[in-house]
Amino acid sequence: MSTEEAKPVAKEKLKIGMYWAASCGGCDISLLEIGPRLLELIDAADIVFWPCVADFKYQDVAGYPDHFLDICFFNGGVRSSEQEEIARLIRLKSRTLVAYGACACDGGIPSLANTKTVEGIFDASYHNNPSLDNPDHVEPQLLTPCDFGELDIPRLYPQVLRLSDVVEVDYRIPGCPPVAARVWDAIMALVGGKLAARNNAIKVACTDKSVCEDCSLEKRKVRIKAFKRPQEAIPEAGWCLLEQGFICMGPATRSGCGGLCTKANLPCRGCYGPCNGVEDQGAAMIGALGSILDADTEELAREMVEGIVDPVGTFYRFTMASSDLKGCK
Amino acid sequence: MAEMPTNQDKTKYGGESWEPRIIAFLCYWCSYTGADNAGTARLKYPANVDIIRVMCSGRIDPELITTAFSQGADGVMVCGCHIGDCHYISGNHKTMARMPLLKHTLIELGIEPERFVHEWVSAAEGEKFARLVREVTENVRRLGPLNWPQQMRERGVGHGMDLRPWGESP
Repeated sequence: MSTEEAKPVAKEKLKIGMYWAASCGGCDISLLEIGPRLLELIDAADIVFWPCVADFKYQDVAGYPDHFLDICFFNGGVRSSEQEEIARLIRLKSRTLVAYGACACDGGIPSLANTKTVEGIFDASYHNNPSLDNPDHVEPQLLTPCDFGELDIPRLYPQVLRLSDVVEVDYRIPGCPPVAARVWDAIMALVGGKLAARNNAIKVACTDKSVCEDCSLEKRKVRIKAFKRPQEAIPEAGWCLLEQGFICMGPATRSGCGGLCTKANLPCRGCYGPCNGVEDQGAAMIGALGSILDADTEELAREMVEGIVDPVGTFYRFTMASSDLKGCK
Repeated sequence: MAEMPTNQDKTKYGGESWEPRIIAFLCYWCSYTGADNAGTARLKYPANVDIIRVMCSGRIDPELITTAFSQGADGVMVCGCHIGDCHYISGNHKTMARMPLLKHTLIELGIEPERFVHEWVSAAEGEKFARLVREVTENVRRLGPLNWPQQMRERGVGHGMDLRPWGESP
């Protein structure tokens, strides 16, 4: 890094970075999906921190002057002390911090762990699991003595946090992963200074409407007779999946993807998070689903809804950290 | 009427003076009038219930109920007109399907089924309303405080305010 710093750079060349925290790596890959435009991006900007694609050390970032990075994309939730430390460091070093992807915006799939205790997660990961072979019950230790002293590993937090729980966020790009073409538009708007004032509440690279608005499937205005899971039946092509009984999160989910999953005859999973004005995506979905059940009596309605397997994982799949209840008792 | 718990006592969760705090969403046309009826008839019921009047039970967004629990309610009641009596014709048909679904989800999240009650109360059923409040209050009292904010804080789940890493003593 020291050589790159010494290089004279054109004054207008931007410095961008991307960091991954508690994420799967899909967000980094999704940015590469802009394809040949990546070269345009590299023409316009220097990448000064992106652990997924190049070798950068935390010390390099710590050595940058404050607000050195013009734009930093942060993907993944905050789950450990290391991630929190880097989130704070990046906030200090960047002019614009963008929460990139469902995990950084709303907790994402990792935040479903908030319904479990850390002890329970350790038990399932290291002790009681059919696929495990750990007769000595070995667990990772916070401190490991070695020849030259003690090694410590980052501490696990009892919850997955959104980026905005830890530091101030300027913009949010939801999606799991965000759709590259829209991200590109957002980057161009960001670079051109065309975005509105920084505000954590502003979600960019998406629309304000629900997925149903963009969905191409035909609505026949019938009510749900019985719930089905995607592995139990083959959906009829071209017909609204919700009306067929598959739980499609479309009505309670912000669009931006253009209905990608429903185009492939798969129910929407809700990755873009709630629409404007809604905090709790799961509750919004319960409200929507409740109004289209074909049940005349309360008993029938109860019977139908009790057939839904794992309601928490279905309705809060990407937004547990943003939900009202935040966790499980 | 039971002795009125002061506002301070109500929020002192888990203490000796703990009183269940129950939020009741009542529809304007039937259930609220039913509660009014209970009052006019001088029926006794516990003062633990905080009534919120809405125009129709079909208007009660599940988010209102999750918000009530997340902000410290020990129990939530939802009452509307009997099926067929809805002033807006089909508002309560939506409630009828939504509330069991919400209950199913809340149970998965660890909230006991007795804490969330959904019943039909007509304008003439003051007696039923008073009985319902008595039952719910007793059930919740037996279960003890829910105190969701405190529980989440203890487990380290919150709004990013208590970042105590796992494995570190407080």
